[in-house]
Amino acid sequence: MRKKIIEFRNVSFRYGDEGPWVLKNCSFEIYENEWVAIIGHNGSGKSTIAKLLNGLLFPQEGEIIIDGEVVNEESIWNIRKEVGMVFQNPDNQFVGATVQDDVAFGMENRGVPREEMKKRIIDTLAAVGMQDYRLTEPHRLSGGQKQRVAIASVLAIAPKVLILDEATAMLDPSGRQEIMQTVASIQGREKLSLITITHDLQEVAQADRVIVMNSGEIWKEQTPREVFSQKEALREIGLDVPFVAILAGELKQAGVAISTEPLNHKELLEDLWTLHSRT
Amino acid sequence: MDITFENVTYIYQQNTPFAHKAIDDLSFQIKSGSYVAIIGHTGSGKSTLIQHLNGLAIPTEGKVSIGSYHLSKEEKPKDMKELRSKVGVVFQYPEHQLFEETVAKDIAFGPQNFGVSEAEIQNRINEITSAVGLDESLLERSPFDLSGGQMRRVAIAGVLAVKPDVLVLDEPTAGLDPRGQKEIMDMFYKLHQDQGLTTILVTHSMEDALKYADHVLILNKGTKYMEGSPEEVFSQKEALQRVQLDVPEIVQFLDEFQERFGTSIPFKKQSVKELAEAIQQQIKGAEST
Repeated sequence: MRKKIIEFRNVSFRYGDEGPWVLKNCSFEIYENEWVAIIGHNGSGKSTIAKLLNGLLFPQEGEIIIDGEVVNEESIWNIRKEVGMVFQNPDNQFVGATVQDDVAFGMENRGVPREEMKKRIIDTLAAVGMQDYRLTEPHRLSGGQKQRVAIASVLAIAPKVLILDEATAMLDPSGRQEIMQTVASIQGREKLSLITITHDLQEVAQADRVIVMNSGEIWKEQTPREVFSQKEALREIGLDVPFVAILAGELKQAGVAISTEPLNHKELLEDLWTLHSRT
Repeated sequence: MDITFENVTYIYQQNTPFAHKAIDDLSFQIKSGSYVAIIGHTGSGKSTLIQHLNGLAIPTEGKVSIGSYHLSKEEKPKDMKELRSKVGVVFQYPEHQLFEETVAKDIAFGPQNFGVSEAEIQNRINEITSAVGLDESLLERSPFDLSGGQMRRVAIAGVLAVKPDVLVLDEPTAGLDPRGQKEIMDMFYKLHQDQGLTTILVTHSMEDALKYADHVLILNKGTKYMEGSPEEVFSQKEALQRVQLDVPEIVQFLDEFQERFGTSIPFKKQSVKELAEAIQQQIKGAEST
């Protein structure tokens, strides 16, 4: 059986006692080594979920359980060791004067022995492809490189869950690609649950499962393929549909008998090729 | 207003060990009323370029002309303020620049500084709030109580309230959700058409450049790398990839289609529907032979 790493049980949250509910009775589970994308329009509650996951906020109702422990004011220090986060703005998350100082910072706070720290700095920087930049000053790095170092800093504390909260939103296309390749390769090697909060459809397509938020509620919990097949409904809640899904829809309209819901160009071209060679 | 760059070079911190050439002998022309997308990798000189458009930067060498205003080492407009009232710049994350107590006051700040009368400012506020899609009930609220998307609209309204002839947009949709992005881009396009603006869009989004612009300028290392209509520029995939740029997804797909099927469907800014019909023809074509 798959091991549950995160469980939300009927969680509701609002800012202050009078504010509108930002999350309404949300329940979901995330498993070990799973990649889950959370999508939704601005203000749908995505980022609130991330903040609840490492105790930056606590729910008014319901329970959050991470690796068997209920999240509360006492358990949160333990839980933060298990849940690492990378945020949107690469310039807001640097504390060290060099790349290696930055990676060391989180470990220093957790009392990791010096010899072990040295080893982990080398290992995690290699994992994100930044081993040649150990002594570089952060302001000399590109946005994508900064985010890779931020990921290394989080990996150095060996969390069970890594949350990327729109971590690629401020990067250019090549920076975005760098990050997603880095993350995918790390997840291939290590036991790590990955939660990506994003508007980027190509990121969503790579996930195992998608949680779609709408106005504080869970709207759908499906595979990317199932989610993208609901084009009209997605547009209604303010989200985009990938090009390949739109094209597949138009092809069906034009009388081409597409049999699947393609997730990428390759799948669609395969499908077309099969049709083509059959005739 | 026509905009011309003639052999413009811009060097940051000239005559110091930190001297850095951000723009290098750049020449191009933007016709009045056109919609131009400026695209380039991080560090290609895009931001430095747009700072020349309202005199925040003066060329180290060469000359920039915006209508009848000329900027060069020898010649600066006597009235820089007047130039700035003609060229409105929406910088990245413009909502960070909001500061007034109410939305209405924040929008009024620009025109007040340019000496527009109170009565006229009131007219403009009413007109512009509806153009940017802000509800009038928000005018007396603090801008800091609004959502991110609404704050962005207030900041944009502040630029539009000055009634510029040239509108410069530096990644105006960064950080918005897909619906917010589309609404803002459609709004700018409508303003562009209705008011006959000259619009300059700095973007990473090839999709937006393809959809809205009638001219595309690609920068690389401070120089002009490519220039032309979206069709011309975006059909040159290899050249774009050499400077770490993507092509719009439809162009990428056409390329892969050709690889798989051995026949090509040329890119001519077709809609997805037109593309689907062309593919259907290709497949049916095989059927009849």
